[in-house]
Amino acid sequence: MPRTLRKILGETSFFVGVAFFTILAAFPFYWMLITAFKQNSDLYNVTNNPFFFNEWPTLEHIKYLFRETLFARWLWNSLVIGVCVTAITIVTAVPAGYALARMKSKKGEALGIAVFLTYLVPPTLLFLPLSRIVAVLGLQNSMWSLVLVYPTFTIPFCAWLLMGFFKALPAEIEEAAIVDGCSLFGAFIKMAIPLSVPAILTVVIFTFTLTLQEFVYALTFVSSSDQKPITLGVTTDLVRGDVFFWGELMAGALIAAVPVAIAYNLFLDRFITGITGGAVKG
Amino acid sequence: MAVIAEPVAKPVSRLNFLLDRRDVFEAILVAPAVIYVLLLVGLPLLLAIYYSLSAYTIYDPTWKFVGLSNFIDVVENPTFPQTLANTFIFTFGSQLLGLVIGKFGAFLLLRPFPGRKIVRALIVLPFVIPVALATIAWRWLFDSLYSVFNWTLIALHIMDRADVPNWLGTPWLAMLCVVIINAWRFFPFAIVIFLAGLTSVPQDVIDAATVDGAGFWRRNYQIILPMILPIVAIGLIFGIVFTFTDLSIVFLLTMGGPVNATSVLGFAGFQTGIISGDVSHGAAISLFMLPVLLVVVVFMLRFIRRREI
Repeated sequence: MPRTLRKILGETSFFVGVAFFTILAAFPFYWMLITAFKQNSDLYNVTNNPFFFNEWPTLEHIKYLFRETLFARWLWNSLVIGVCVTAITIVTAVPAGYALARMKSKKGEALGIAVFLTYLVPPTLLFLPLSRIVAVLGLQNSMWSLVLVYPTFTIPFCAWLLMGFFKALPAEIEEAAIVDGCSLFGAFIKMAIPLSVPAILTVVIFTFTLTLQEFVYALTFVSSSDQKPITLGVTTDLVRGDVFFWGELMAGALIAAVPVAIAYNLFLDRFITGITGGAVKG
Repeated sequence: MAVIAEPVAKPVSRLNFLLDRRDVFEAILVAPAVIYVLLLVGLPLLLAIYYSLSAYTIYDPTWKFVGLSNFIDVVENPTFPQTLANTFIFTFGSQLLGLVIGKFGAFLLLRPFPGRKIVRALIVLPFVIPVALATIAWRWLFDSLYSVFNWTLIALHIMDRADVPNWLGTPWLAMLCVVIINAWRFFPFAIVIFLAGLTSVPQDVIDAATVDGAGFWRRNYQIILPMILPIVAIGLIFGIVFTFTDLSIVFLLTMGGPVNATSVLGFAGFQTGIISGDVSHGAAISLFMLPVLLVVVVFMLRFIRRREI
């Protein structure tokens, strides 16, 4: 009898622990969600219990976002930036990752590590000189400056991820194609790329989420409202003067966060393998 | 006889030629990525160093060399020591807190249970959503008037409405909030890193240790911990780099205030270099991050090299 009791106690404390961690992590999102659909009179009444709806939920804040603010424009900007940056990243990182994986010399490996280390150079170290470069190119205050700058962190990260993938792809497949009369380039295009479609798709999703997450460069280079990407627009433009409109803010944050959260969640394991790849093998 | 000797030399030179071509081919494939990174990471890095040694501002874009005087100005600024100290507290405080919470979380999630996938998806939320958006949600949670924490404190009769904390308006509380938010953001990352490490430890090693009489703690700290140390170290290096150089949490939550209490290096560099347009001093402030980054890079290289052995 005491044994079953101990087991029940153990189980209970285990699930209490799990519940604690889940609430700790997800509470701010619950808060975003509930705030986004609350009526203002419910939201700004300190005597109301803030954990639940005290009045009927409303779509007012979301309607307001799309009608009265540039929210749709920011979504569009983010989409354009994401697509362009992804295109640049794929065109440069796929060949680079392939070549780095196939280089046999020590130099190739050093180059691979060097490329990866550039991912660690932080935006806060580079934003000053980059803002001057952006100004010289006439891109200041334009979302195209972000299309130019974002590949500086997406290319190194994706090249590193793809390098790991191509290393796992047996070189014999391409060698066989070369023996059969394919050129080196032909073997890369016709053999290696079709076999790496899943890896390239992962990289596409990553690049896209990385561009959506970025904040520092966007804040530094873009100040006109109609050029802002979604993350910057929501966090800096929905505050008028000193007044925070929490319903709209949380609705905007929610809409921007949900797709990123889902995409990232699906590919998180690959992300972790990407950055720790070296360490687990040993 | 000479006729026999000749064909021997030929394949060697052809093989050499092929090797050369492979070199050229690989160089061509790598070139676009390397050039992009050199132009937009390497060049700006050198420019940042040069700006910090010059008198460059956006109003007076001169290239005049002034030596180390910018750095001296920065160090002599009375608020700078606090900014530097804040950066270290922010980085190491939040990473330590995140690691401790993460270790416990990983311990719980290691065991299979119904709904584990959903729980994991919810637990990693803080790490996967854009930090700027999460910070805005926290700002609402810590609102001076409508903070849910204060409401709860009042509702449970722990505190009176008159003396509830003003989270972002009190210097030490604001710093605490900034640290907590960053720890909250990184603990799921720590969980996932610990899980990746723990699942890579072969079960037979643990079984062998158990058979040899190693107890729970001994298995944990003398067998498992050393084995997962490399992967945890890489995760920690990431956390340190991205926290030490961050400005978005401070920018969106407190704007460095109240009275400079939460200002960090990245934020101070932004304030001086971008908002005030004093590029040279801003660059000098940002470059104070470089020594820490270099230490981190050296560690990183050591761990990467260890893998090759």
